[in-house]
This record gives sequence, C-alpha cells and structure tokens, in this order.
Amino acid sequence: MIKIEVEKELLGSLGKMNLHVNLAIEAQSFVALSGQSGSGKTTLLRILAGLEEAKGRIVVEDEVWLDGFKALPPQKRGIGFVFQDYALFPNMSILDNLLFVRQDKALAEELLSMSELLELAHRKPATLSGGQKQRVSLCRAMMNRPKLLLMDEPLSALDPLMRNKLQQEILSLHKTFGTTTIMVSHDPSEMYRLSSRVVVLSQGKVVQDGDAKSVLLRTQGSQKFSFEGELLDVIKVDVIYIAIVAIGQQIVEVVLDASEALDLQVGDRVNIGTKAFAPILQKWEKK
Amino acid sequence: MGVFFQDVLGIKLVFNFTGLVVASCFYSLPFMVQPLQSGFEALPKNMLEASYIAGKSKLKTLFFVALPNIKPALMSAIIITFAHTVGEFGVVLMVGGSIPGETKVASVAIYEMVEIMDYTSAHIYSGLMVLMSFVVLLCVYIFNRQESHRLGGIV
Repeated sequence: MIKIEVEKELLGSLGKMNLHVNLAIEAQSFVALSGQSGSGKTTLLRILAGLEEAKGRIVVEDEVWLDGFKALPPQKRGIGFVFQDYALFPNMSILDNLLFVRQDKALAEELLSMSELLELAHRKPATLSGGQKQRVSLCRAMMNRPKLLLMDEPLSALDPLMRNKLQQEILSLHKTFGTTTIMVSHDPSEMYRLSSRVVVLSQGKVVQDGDAKSVLLRTQGSQKFSFEGELLDVIKVDVIYIAIVAIGQQIVEVVLDASEALDLQVGDRVNIGTKAFAPILQKWEKK
Repeated sequence: MGVFFQDVLGIKLVFNFTGLVVASCFYSLPFMVQPLQSGFEALPKNMLEASYIAGKSKLKTLFFVALPNIKPALMSAIIITFAHTVGEFGVVLMVGGSIPGETKVASVAIYEMVEIMDYTSAHIYSGLMVLMSFVVLLCVYIFNRQESHRLGGIV
C-alpha cells in the first residue's frame, strides 16, 4: 500500500500552478498516469523517486519516504525508474549496466534472457537499437527488486510495433515480479492493455481516477462510436466538402456540407462519431 | 606560499625543479576548468539520476558514471594544460631561473640561444617543439574520435 499526499508549486504554461495530489495505491497494482503535457505527471513521478523536492507525506508499506519537507534520498528508497531516453551508462556493457545496480549475476541473466538480450550482454549501449536500449533500461530498473517501479513515458520514443512487443514484456515482468508500478503514458491502448487503474491529471489535480475501462472508453451521450482526431485538410468538391481527419495512426475522409465546413479550420481537434449505426468489426490480420 | 612550504615542510621552492612543477600547476590549473566544465554539462542529467536511484552515492556516481563518460573532455583538459605548461616562459624564468640541467626548459633555452645569436640551435629547438605539439594533438584527436564513437557521441 502506497499513500501519497504531496503539494508543490510549479511553473506551468499558464503561470503558477499548484500540484496537489492525494492518492492511495494498492500493492502490486499497475497504475497509469495520464494527462496533457505540463499537467505535473513527470513531476509527481520525480517526487516519488526523490529527485525533486515537495511538501507532504509519502508512505510506502511502512516506510516513510517523505514527511513534511524531510525526504528520504533516492538512494535509500529502493525504486526502479525507467526514463524516456533510456539513460543507460554508455561506458559499461549491458551486463555491467545491470550489475552496477546490484551484484547479482543470476538475476541479471534471468532478466536478460526474459527480454531476449542475453546475446547482447557484452555489447555497449551505443550499439543497440532504441527498443533494445529501453528493454535494458527496464531490466536495470528491476535489478534492485524495487518496491515501486516508476516509468516516465517509457515507450513513446519507439515505433508502434516495438511498442507492442515491449508492452507484452512489461506485462510479463509485472506478472513475474508483482512490482507496484506507476507509468506515465499518453497512449490509450497502452494504458488499457497494461494498467488496472488510470489516473488523469490536469493542472496539477487529479481529475479522473478509475479502472481503465471507465476512464478511457468514451461512451458519454448517445454516441457509442466516437473518435477524437485532428483535422488535416478540408477540400471542396463541387457542392460538398471532404474533411481529412487523422485519428491516431489512421487517416480518414468524412463528407461534410457547406454549413458544417464553415467554422472548421485545419488543425482543429474534432470528434468523429456515428449514431444509429452498428459498426462492423472484421479480422484483418491474425495476431 | 613559498614561506609556508619552507617553514612547515622544509621544501625550498625557488630555483629548483620541484618549485617549477608547483608553480606551473598553479599557473595552468585554471585552464583545465573550462573543458572539464563543458564535459560535465554535456552529461545527461538522467544518467546521474539513474545512478542515484540505483543506490549509488554522489562520489561513486562521479567515479563510476560521470568521469568515465567524459573521458574525451578529461583528455582535452589534460592536454591543454600540458601544452600550456610546455610553452610556459615567464613563470619558469621567474621561479626556476635558468639553471642548466635543472630548471632550463625548452622555451627558456630558445630565448637564450636567440640572445647569443645561435639561430641554428634555436631553430632546431623550435622545430622540435612544433613537432612534439603536433604529435600530442594528433594522438588526442585520434583518442577522442574513438572514444566518442564508443560512447555513442554523448560528449
């Protein structure tokens, strides 16, 4: 059980903002932290790691990590942290990167073989691809058997295919070690697949908190089939208009009439939804 | 300074080789700051934080993470101060005097040979110094190229 109650003044994009978070996290759960950039997600993670100062109280199991302004240094917290840009030690081989955390060769080899990196164990990080580096970084974070694993957008620098593979790996690591995990993410499919709970921050406050389904599925109103997208272009064809909209990785065309097209501008965030249609789901490729 | 060394440690610093080395250190050390500083600044902050999170103290992080990863900057710093010291003239003449076999360095020797109009020897000495600095700098560049390739170009 992790109890978090922190307060910190931040300089956000809209001037001063107060980060005020009050959370209780079950042991062995997987929490996804979401929200727009500048909402305080990364800062919260860094406060939990002890890399940033804050006022409040953090209690992990029966250890007090933060009490008022008195903080336990990151060295003594027993956490794992996965950075977005890997932050591997370039002067050490992959195996030494892991052993630097703790001299436990058996665990290092187990982790490396779980993520199919055993053959690369004696290579230097500079010779690895992005996905491989992030796997090493994940293994390194697991090396001191952390009480809390923190991940700051671990997969956002990777291509979709690699992301998928790593999500599986994170999931299997979480199952094997049962580490309480907090992950910052922007990708709804990633949060749905991995987390048991999603917390959304906005302007330093928790605005949504619940299981992945209730937070992520958009079922408000009568629109059961609705997507958020960005308007890329509006083309006039005879009397109608065609809007080109990017939804995630996909680009779609939607027919509009003149009155609808009037107040649309390229770059607008739009909602595409249908009513009274039964969407047809077809298998396109086997997993 | 010299009084302190002479009274407390019993070492005479003027007109001998030890004094020359000590004086040169004082004179050249500030030139090491700039390359070292830019080396440390180029280190990703995350890497150091990763080391703290791994439970390593600041001192351990400095020796096992920071310093090995700024080797090229370290090398440049050492060579710049070395080159600076080799070419040094004023301090050497003042502190060391010009005692043959003890504190007579190449730059002072060249000066004296020009004074007695022995241009041939002066040219030979100068040529040797040019050659030496060329070789040293070449070695540094080769070393730094290999090193930054190995470290993935962070420095």
